[in-house]
Amino acid sequence: MRVFEPLIELGKGLGEVLRTFVAEKTVTYQYPEEKRPVRPRFRGRHVLNRYDNGLEKCIGCSLCAAACPADAIFVESAENTDEKRFSPGERYASTYEINMLRCIYCGFCEDACPTEAITLGDNYELTFTDRRQAIYTKDMLLVPVKSENMLTPQKVEPKVFTRSVPQMEDPRD
Amino acid sequence: MDWVMWLEWFLKGLILCLILLGGFAYLTFYERRALARMQVRVGPNRAGPQGVLQPIADAVKLIFKEELTPAKVYKVVFILAPVLTVVPSLVIAAVVPLGTSFNLFGREITLYVADLNVGILYLMSIASIAVYGIVLAGWSSNNKYAMLGGIRSSAQMISYELALGLCFVFVILMGNSMNLNEIVEAQREVWFAVVQPVGLIVFFLVVLAEVNRAPFDMPEAEQELTAGYHAEYSGMKFALFFMAEYQKMIVMSMITATLFLGGYREPWFMTNWLNGIFSVDTYWFLGPIYLFIKVFFLLFVMIWVRATWPRLRYDRLMALGWKILLPLTLALCFITAVGILLADLYNPLYYWSIPVLSIFSFLISIAVIYRDLTRRKVNARV
Repeated sequence: MRVFEPLIELGKGLGEVLRTFVAEKTVTYQYPEEKRPVRPRFRGRHVLNRYDNGLEKCIGCSLCAAACPADAIFVESAENTDEKRFSPGERYASTYEINMLRCIYCGFCEDACPTEAITLGDNYELTFTDRRQAIYTKDMLLVPVKSENMLTPQKVEPKVFTRSVPQMEDPRD
Repeated sequence: MDWVMWLEWFLKGLILCLILLGGFAYLTFYERRALARMQVRVGPNRAGPQGVLQPIADAVKLIFKEELTPAKVYKVVFILAPVLTVVPSLVIAAVVPLGTSFNLFGREITLYVADLNVGILYLMSIASIAVYGIVLAGWSSNNKYAMLGGIRSSAQMISYELALGLCFVFVILMGNSMNLNEIVEAQREVWFAVVQPVGLIVFFLVVLAEVNRAPFDMPEAEQELTAGYHAEYSGMKFALFFMAEYQKMIVMSMITATLFLGGYREPWFMTNWLNGIFSVDTYWFLGPIYLFIKVFFLLFVMIWVRATWPRLRYDRLMALGWKILLPLTLALCFITAVGILLADLYNPLYYWSIPVLSIFSFLISIAVIYRDLTRRKVNARV
């Protein structure tokens, strides 16, 4: 009976909505308590990584600052000694600041870094109430060490950490 | 006419107002949660356990919001309009019986505010007053969108009022009275929704149009009119319009339940179960509970319809009101009158010709709608 199509169509719609109401599970994430996992290549807040022995990967070369299209990164470097060693090689970053108001999360710093020291992490909760809070300093960006005796600066054997850029594999995700 | 009677009336009126105000607050919550579930969301669940304090948070927000009066509005009417919308939605509930009666301190206290013998006329007249508020709000705002919303609203409400009035006619015929109490008592044997199922459907559609609910929410079509008649209102004045709309939903559901679903009475087949333990005649307090369940269900249907059906186009809305619903309700009146007459004159079984014939006329009107829609489609292709 095609004549009753309007009635049947309206009924179908109501039926579908009622089925949803009764049977379908909600898709909502209860945000602050329950977070949606980010994608593997998600670009969130930067982190400065460490080697397994606690030394910083960053060698203060400023390539990230040069690559940055928004001019958000500021790096100042200083000399390493075997008494006070921050990173392998000659130099380390004594100041490392990222202005999160300027950063566009393009990930060029990650690409430019010769030691994979800077990577864009998972953290996207970057609210602040003051412009000064937008500047992330080195100790905010560095990943925490696994144990207390791995803290930098470290006192190390001479002539061990001479090479600033490690032997690297091809980059992965 | 002693002072206790005045006190009783005052208290009953106050309680009814408080019920409607509280009902309004929790109806918004109910709607938001139910609508959210239909759209696979959760809805407000932060304020209090499961979000039950959300209406209070909303109220506090609306009260403390800045109230803006645009420069070139007609101030008196602008301020009067929300009041004119709210008051009818409150006073309309006065004649709706909530239950039978009970004894307190040796007095018989009835569960309705007023026992009007022309209750249905009262309903009709008060229901029509509400349109003034909306039209005046639209006109006094000095805003073209608000004006259009007000005009649409008046046209829509006046058009659907005809069908509403004719729906009342066959209820009066079946109940043999204009008093809502007597109409409820007349449904002791069987609900009018069973005798006149099409009447219930048509009445419900007309009620949706009267309270400006989806799919007939023309006056406040956000996409077309930027909220329509209350575009210029903010703060508490806007809250009053909002309140009026939701209170009207509650009251119209109460009226629908009273006219077609047996009001405060239990379903007719349950009267003699377990020596009448479910009957209102045995326990008076079951009356409000039954009415609440029915209203709750009808409100659910309103939310359900809102979640499902898209808004009608304006010319289709008018065509539905004038070309379909008005002739259909006229036919229903005729069928009801003839059925009652035949039952009186010849055989009581003829009474059941009413539902059969009314469903038949309903199917005819569906066929008319179908023809109308397909004819338009063919023309559009050419």
